[in-house]
Amino acid sequence: MSMLQILDSSGNNHPELEPNIPERKLVKMFEYMILVRLLDEKGMRLQRQGRISFSIPSTGQEATQIGAVAALNSEDWIFPAYREPGMAFYRGFPLVDLVNHWFINEKDPQKGRRLPGLFGSKKYRYVNPSAPIGTQIIQAAGAGFAYKYLKEKIVNIVFFGDGATSSSDFHSGLNFGAVFKTPTIFFCQNNHWAISVPLSKQTGAASLADKAKGYGLPGIQIDGNDILAVYHAVFEAAKRARAGEGPTFIEAVTYRAGPHTSSDDPTRYRPKKDLEKWLKLDPIKRFEKYLISKKFLKNGQTNKIRSSFDIEINTLIAKAEEYRPPALETLFSDVYSDLPWHLKEQLDEIASLQRRSI
Amino acid sequence: MMPELTLVESVRLALEEELDRNDKLIVLGEDVGPNGGVFRATQGLLEKYGPQRVLDTPLSENGIIGFAIGMALMGLKPVAEIQFVDFIYPGFDQLISEAAKFRYRSGGMFTSPLVIRSPYGGGVRGAHYHSQSPEAYFTHTPGLKVVIPSSPYETKGLLTSAMREQDPILFLEPKRLYRAFKEEVPSGDYTIPLGKARIAREGEDVTILAYGAMLHVALEAAELASKNQKIECEVIDLRTLVPLDIIAIENSVKKTGRMISITESPKTSGFSAELSAIVAERWIEYMEGPIMRVTGYDTPFPLSLEQEYLPSAKRTLDTIEKVYNF
Repeated sequence: MSMLQILDSSGNNHPELEPNIPERKLVKMFEYMILVRLLDEKGMRLQRQGRISFSIPSTGQEATQIGAVAALNSEDWIFPAYREPGMAFYRGFPLVDLVNHWFINEKDPQKGRRLPGLFGSKKYRYVNPSAPIGTQIIQAAGAGFAYKYLKEKIVNIVFFGDGATSSSDFHSGLNFGAVFKTPTIFFCQNNHWAISVPLSKQTGAASLADKAKGYGLPGIQIDGNDILAVYHAVFEAAKRARAGEGPTFIEAVTYRAGPHTSSDDPTRYRPKKDLEKWLKLDPIKRFEKYLISKKFLKNGQTNKIRSSFDIEINTLIAKAEEYRPPALETLFSDVYSDLPWHLKEQLDEIASLQRRSI
Repeated sequence: MMPELTLVESVRLALEEELDRNDKLIVLGEDVGPNGGVFRATQGLLEKYGPQRVLDTPLSENGIIGFAIGMALMGLKPVAEIQFVDFIYPGFDQLISEAAKFRYRSGGMFTSPLVIRSPYGGGVRGAHYHSQSPEAYFTHTPGLKVVIPSSPYETKGLLTSAMREQDPILFLEPKRLYRAFKEEVPSGDYTIPLGKARIAREGEDVTILAYGAMLHVALEAAELASKNQKIECEVIDLRTLVPLDIIAIENSVKKTGRMISITESPKTSGFSAELSAIVAERWIEYMEGPIMRVTGYDTPFPLSLEQEYLPSAKRTLDTIEKVYNF
């Protein structure tokens, strides 16, 4: 299978495929790539300093998330895996909510219940992610059925990694999506690693995109470090979906340049040369060259973008550390739509223990 | 005069009436379309409501439940059939890790209030893959509500409530009662609230807690105990295991001072263990005899010796005597 590429690794453009994106939007896309990279660095540092418990970087995978979200309408739904936080930021998810979520404090919209990095937002149509792998794929197909049933011109995109293509929910997701012709884009971030397990241990297929054929779906492979290729592929898939032509499977070939999470040490399993090769294919540098060549970006502007985000985030971190943990009641709320007697009783028990001195 | 319906006909009527009332309700599962379900619980629904609302799905339980969760997240009301609850395990992850946790893990932002209906239990010579009672796996999962009706009338009222709940529901239907007897079932809107038990037989001496098919074993044993030994059992139909009606249990055990529970699942870590623990923790001082369980045995579900495995009126009577004569 040939891989779709619009910007090559030096940032040279193939004009016949270049999507028609206004300058302002291109610069916004670039800014959010920078933001994702910066937040990765900050998250990892805070975790190493013991100030937050966990971090999930997506370094090296900025083009997939930002290219995809930029190609969708704001009412389209996103079913993330967990390495796509930039999609929420691009839509306006407030950084203050992210930082409070990192610190799992009383201002955390998810009430301090999730590992830092696992956040969602109804307002920005970015579904709260799971942690077990692949579960969102079949859910996205079901959600796609809903838009179709409700006659809404909405599509959805579901993200997952190469490891998830081995899961039963991947199989059901593509299968149900194809059978019910849901307006769903199945977007695989093939970053080559499922924690320590390489792609070669996930599949015997020549490419992941080949798998689509067995489900009766179109499957394409794209350069996932090329934001214009990502934009183009998602835009076309969304058009198909909106026209009632059903799902598309996109395999974006990229690379997880960082660890799986802050709990992982990739030096235990990843060949150094492998990483070095991919670092040269950095999606941000590539897009930067393109924007400079188009005169949409000036030399030195990248640093300015970065430092302005940096100041904003540092202020938020300082505040977030001052807030208290969520209220005790939040241990029991949201299990059900109401608070059944047994949870009331357990809340009373813990509350009375709080009043007791040993 | 009200129509007399079997339990499975009552399921069908509840689905039909709610499909009528709620245009966001979708019925899905294996063979629920032209075949009307292997037990005919969805008979005629496809013809009446069309293929957009009554979906035959691929043969995949994780698919059915995951797909239903996606629908529910987007505001539809999926009512999914798992053909036999023995087949639910591939969908266990979706139900336990996803449906049951969406509300909590998202701080209340996302909910997936689906209904999973599934026939459960033995007594139909179905062997271990068509007979299980796995309710304890689900009652052990915060975020799920578990409902088990015991009669045609109860079924329609409880299922209608379940389809209006804001939380994910596992609705287990006692398949051995599907066609066991008929009962008057009103058409039109009536509901039985979740979390409220019912006294199926009043008595002063021994409380028997039961649900689903075992309610009828309890009632039969209670009649025998009354006739043979003049022991009057109070039989409580729990109806919903989560949330449980603790008040009904309290009132009864304080009155009788004795408690037995009957479940057809294996004994170890079954729901009856939970019932015993609740009574022991709270009201041990009222107890005049041991708190006992009548359950299936700790084996996979058998076939040839099914009747020996399942709690019977005889075994229950034996336990009633032990508790009463302690």
